[in-house]
Amino acid sequence: MATLHPKLSDEHSQTVVSSTKSVKIKIKRSNPNVNSEERFDDFVVPIEKWTTVLDVLLDVKSHLDHSVGVRYSCRQASCGSCGMKINGKPALACFTKISELNSDTVTVEPMDNFPVVRDLAVSFERMINNHKKVMPYVIRDDSEIDPESGMREFLQSPENVDKYIQFSSCIKCGLCNSACPTMAMDKTFVGPQALAQAYRYIADERDKGKNKRLKVIDESHGIWRCHFAGSCSQVCPKGVDPAMGIQLLRGYLLGIRD
Amino acid sequence: MMVLRESIIMKIHYGTALGALALTVVHILMRLTQDFHESLAYENVIANYESVGYALLLELLLILISVHGFNGLRVILLEMNQGPTYEKLVTIGCLAGMAALIAYGSRTIIMTNMGMV
Repeated sequence: MATLHPKLSDEHSQTVVSSTKSVKIKIKRSNPNVNSEERFDDFVVPIEKWTTVLDVLLDVKSHLDHSVGVRYSCRQASCGSCGMKINGKPALACFTKISELNSDTVTVEPMDNFPVVRDLAVSFERMINNHKKVMPYVIRDDSEIDPESGMREFLQSPENVDKYIQFSSCIKCGLCNSACPTMAMDKTFVGPQALAQAYRYIADERDKGKNKRLKVIDESHGIWRCHFAGSCSQVCPKGVDPAMGIQLLRGYLLGIRD
Repeated sequence: MMVLRESIIMKIHYGTALGALALTVVHILMRLTQDFHESLAYENVIANYESVGYALLLELLLILISVHGFNGLRVILLEMNQGPTYEKLVTIGCLAGMAALIAYGSRTIIMTNMGMV
């Protein structure tokens, strides 16, 4: 009698292939909740020129090994879920085409500087806590709800928007924190993601929480521990430049910016 | 223990670096007032120390470099490890090291200036 669940090893990729190209993907596997063992599993998957690393991982997951742990959602570089180290560099799996890597073998590992949950999925707890710490919202004493006239708008000038708009593109993927050498050394460093967000709100003219935020980042494991390696800006998939944001924030603290 | 904000400490850090750089330039230029080897001869070095102005320059240079250097060491040590007790020990240790170095260096400058060497 034919079995409904054939052995995983007997399965083959079900991707409809119109090309003869394939890629070998090496996936770092670990499950810290069970043991400290780490290993690489290899899979060969057919690819097209538009195939992304995430497509390959989902192909592996669907047809070769269902147990591969990977976090993903939007598949279009909007949600920031699928950050991982691809051939040694932090990148979004959904935003990295295999054809761009110019390699027959692709190695994927979980992001550095984040605790591994399982395989390629990491915990964002530290990053989200630091993100919350810098109060990533407009702080004001008054409200947009006016008791007399109903709703009103906090106005801002296009020039002011230009000052911070790129920092609004952050999708909290964690690639900047993963690439940061200080994050690797200092387990309490606030990180480029949170610092860039602190700048985004401090530079916003509608916001009145500058002093509160500067106090949060002006401590022994805050903004001054950045070495300006610039790797955070290099890996950002959304073109945010956290390194520049950090330098601009330092200007506020040194009294050379208002 | 009074704790300075990190931005104040870093302002001191940058300020001491610039100050030390400027004084080091003066210190090196002083070597050029005569032949370089001659300027480092025992008698000439002692004469430098015995000049009140030069002794003040050396004292200031000692303080600036000690403050800058030990704060740099503190920053490096804070990045290598974290924890409230460790951080307190590092801060106290660096302050003590800085004070000891300034005291020992000042002793040398003052004694030489007063002709006790």
